[in-house]
Amino acid sequence: MKYESVIGLEVHAQMSTDTKIFCGCSTKFGAEPNSQTCEICIGMPGVLPVLNRKALEFAIRTGLAMHCSISPYSRFARKNYFYPDLPKGYQISQFEHPICEGGFVEIVVEGETKRIGITRIHMEEDAGKNIHEGNGSYSFVDLNRAGVPLMEIVSEPDIRSAKEASEYMKKLRTILRYLGVCDGNMEQGSLRCDANVSVRPAGRKEYGTRAEVKNINSFRFVEKALEYEIKRQIRVVEEGGKVIQETRLWDSAKGITESMRSKEEAHDYRYFPEPDLVPIAAEQRWIDEIGASLPELPDVKRERFTSEYGLPEYDADLLTTEKAVAEWFEESIKAGGQPKAVANWMMGDLMRLLNEENREIADCPLKPPQLADMLKLIDKGTISGKIAKTVFEEMYRSEKNAEEIVREKGLVQISDESAIEKIVDEVIAKHQKEAARFRAGEEKLLGFFVGQAMKAMKGKANPQVLNELLRKKLS
Amino acid sequence: MELYSLGVHELRRMLDKGEVTAKEIITSVYSRIDAVEQKIKAYVTLPRTEAFLMAEKADRDLSAGTNKVMTGIPVAVKDNMCTKGVPTTCSSKILRNFIPPYESTVTSKLIEAGYVLAGKTNLDEFAMGSSTENSGFHTTRNPWDTQRIPGGSSGGSAAAVAADECIAALGSDTGGSIRQPASLCGVVGMKPTYGRVSRYGLVAFASSLDQIGPITKNVTDCAMLLNVISGRDLRDSTSAPIGVPDFTAAIGKDIKGMKIGVPKEYFIEGMDPEVDAAVREAIRKFESLGAVPVDVSLPHTGYAVATYYVLATSEASSNLARYDGVKYGFRAEGKDLIDTYMRTRAEGFGPEVKRRIMLGTYALSSGYYDAYYRKAQQVRTLIKDDFEKVFREVDVIVTPTSPTAAFRMGEKTEDPLQMYLADIFTISVNLAGVPGISVPCGFTTGNLPIGLQLIGKHFDEETLLTASFAYEQSTEWHKRKPAL
Ligand SMILES: [Zn+2]
Repeated sequence: MKYESVIGLEVHAQMSTDTKIFCGCSTKFGAEPNSQTCEICIGMPGVLPVLNRKALEFAIRTGLAMHCSISPYSRFARKNYFYPDLPKGYQISQFEHPICEGGFVEIVVEGETKRIGITRIHMEEDAGKNIHEGNGSYSFVDLNRAGVPLMEIVSEPDIRSAKEASEYMKKLRTILRYLGVCDGNMEQGSLRCDANVSVRPAGRKEYGTRAEVKNINSFRFVEKALEYEIKRQIRVVEEGGKVIQETRLWDSAKGITESMRSKEEAHDYRYFPEPDLVPIAAEQRWIDEIGASLPELPDVKRERFTSEYGLPEYDADLLTTEKAVAEWFEESIKAGGQPKAVANWMMGDLMRLLNEENREIADCPLKPPQLADMLKLIDKGTISGKIAKTVFEEMYRSEKNAEEIVREKGLVQISDESAIEKIVDEVIAKHQKEAARFRAGEEKLLGFFVGQAMKAMKGKANPQVLNELLRKKLS
Repeated sequence: MELYSLGVHELRRMLDKGEVTAKEIITSVYSRIDAVEQKIKAYVTLPRTEAFLMAEKADRDLSAGTNKVMTGIPVAVKDNMCTKGVPTTCSSKILRNFIPPYESTVTSKLIEAGYVLAGKTNLDEFAMGSSTENSGFHTTRNPWDTQRIPGGSSGGSAAAVAADECIAALGSDTGGSIRQPASLCGVVGMKPTYGRVSRYGLVAFASSLDQIGPITKNVTDCAMLLNVISGRDLRDSTSAPIGVPDFTAAIGKDIKGMKIGVPKEYFIEGMDPEVDAAVREAIRKFESLGAVPVDVSLPHTGYAVATYYVLATSEASSNLARYDGVKYGFRAEGKDLIDTYMRTRAEGFGPEVKRRIMLGTYALSSGYYDAYYRKAQQVRTLIKDDFEKVFREVDVIVTPTSPTAAFRMGEKTEDPLQMYLADIFTISVNLAGVPGISVPCGFTTGNLPIGLQLIGKHFDEETLLTASFAYEQSTEWHKRKPAL
């Protein structure tokens, strides 16, 4: 029998605000434990939360970018449970009245565009972190992260495969980074993903029983974890068993999901409206302002890159995944670069050099107009495409301009026919035997002569001119 | 006349004229404390050294001419308001050793206004109770009869004011915790409109109901203290972005033609006849001053106690979750994390607090939420609507503050429901968020004070003060002092 999987994702995105959601503490990552805390975020008696307006703005920004409606009446709620990293004994979250509802994002899988519905986006505070060290009889608690603003983005169960889930995650990350509301770093925990997974015989309408998979903490594992879970559920069903409603943890070391708790053991969070915070009624004017300030989003940008610059889908997609990459591209175009050539150099040599050093394009030592200038030198025939490779790498490393490098290293291409002719004559004179064989029909020897001539000219000969002259002289 | 027996406005005048020093006042107050505190037990912490230092600072300000409205005035603060460097226990074992590293907004404002912290007063643990018998430390005695309770939960503050162990005090009121003890101790106590006074630094019992207010020897002092503590606070989102008038300007205005609503639901069967008689007499007094009594109805009054105990306990069950022994306060080490939680909370909280945490936890549980919490919120809206309707016809509402005068210690401790009914007349005011004040309006034949409650419109404390002052000036009740 064929099976179909049904997946919905709950994604937690840490907002990149400077301060926490309900107090003025810094949100910087990696500080001394408990150095970024105050009486509010460690839940001292009598303290009260005050909403960081920036966090609200970020949530609205995200909602608008994902085509959600922004609720005219939104509320915080308390989610109650005991844990040492949760200083108040409850997490301030949203429950009945989230800030954003009913949107979608589009993904492309195997050339097909597909819409994944967004059920809701809500704001909440992060918890701290328990640190288990020593002999196991005690633990430490670091509350630096307690109160860092999060968005929970909940999708509809519209995802049908592990591949789609992975594409969806990548798309969310791209949008969030475009908006500047989250750095999208899964390994550092600023993007976390829980998945609700079920399977059903293909063609059936009713959903199967779902399991929740937690702890998928890297992009690499989104697809792996879900593939495993889908196979596991199919196996259970095929063996005549029943999938049970439970929470399962992804173990990346073992490559499997394991049962954490069953439905019966599930928490009762006793949600109720947070009485310390007044309901949010974001003014329409402010929402409109936020909407007007949204950057061009990846889907639109990709479309434009194909229509405006005539780029192939593949190139446009690659160049618009990161806003900074797209901007680099367009700056280079603005400086006179030919689009397809700029795209090729970026997707090839530039990405390779950046990857080698694990650098973001934002830290790229090479500036977009430099590439454009180099391309002009190729067009003019000053340098060959081959030499350009050297020039490009040299520009990247030395931060000098192409012309400077070409001049300093004497890399100017020689197109002057008389200069090349002189060398060609010398080479033929030196290799009479080979010349005879060529004339006798051994055509492949042309490469040999090109190599010899280039060697003599230190690679600077215009290959086209050289080829023509050789053919003429050898015939 | 001893300095300790005077009120804020009298001492203010004397201090500003240089007739007395702040040091003389705090010395007088502490001599009174030394004389009667053993009998009354109003305080949990007496920061004598700090108090004298604050008084010395006040005297320096006075001689420098930088004196403000509370400069040199010893004020007692209920021990659920955080005072930086001074223990804040909520009369709970779980916070016995808790010293806040921050100051509540109200005490910050008092510091700014130059006050002297007389001490931190006793309360029912976490403000849950009506007698101070739920204090984790000791029961405060009613200065009028030390075999009786002072009311609660701000019983320590009310008793301290009544026994002249301070000049004025702050209390907090979630369901009557300022007004009921003020009534039982024969002093003035006001719960301002919800949002009028910042709750920042007030240890939460029920966040949507809690409000800080003054407990004073007279209405004028109440207005003065209210002036100091009121106002929008950026650290409390629920504090109202609304201007604060000069409340003392409401003192002395005429009440001719003022419409006084008398709700039939507040004159009930089972009420002490002496209380009933005193309140009716007070209404006649208002009439003689030119006010116009109007019969009104608040039809949902009967649901107030049940509504209150669902909402207040629900919020409390969450507010008190932070006392887990992990970060501060008391910890009873267990064999593992869960055991430590359980033992800490089992040993740290008293029985009434545990009862309310369990009630609230139940009311919020899945499957019960709609029947309890949500329903109670709906009823709360109806109760609020009742007041809004009545206030279209009248300027203030007059009721008894408490159905009885002070009861004996132990009289109601075995029956929580009886205890809950002690707040039957004060609870609706918190649910509606409107302001209420209790002023002395008579004595029982046993010489126990009786209180009159006046209820006002949202953010109309001024009318309450005008009416209360007019009434106070036409009676002698506030001048009586307990024999100690
Ligand atoms: Zn903080």
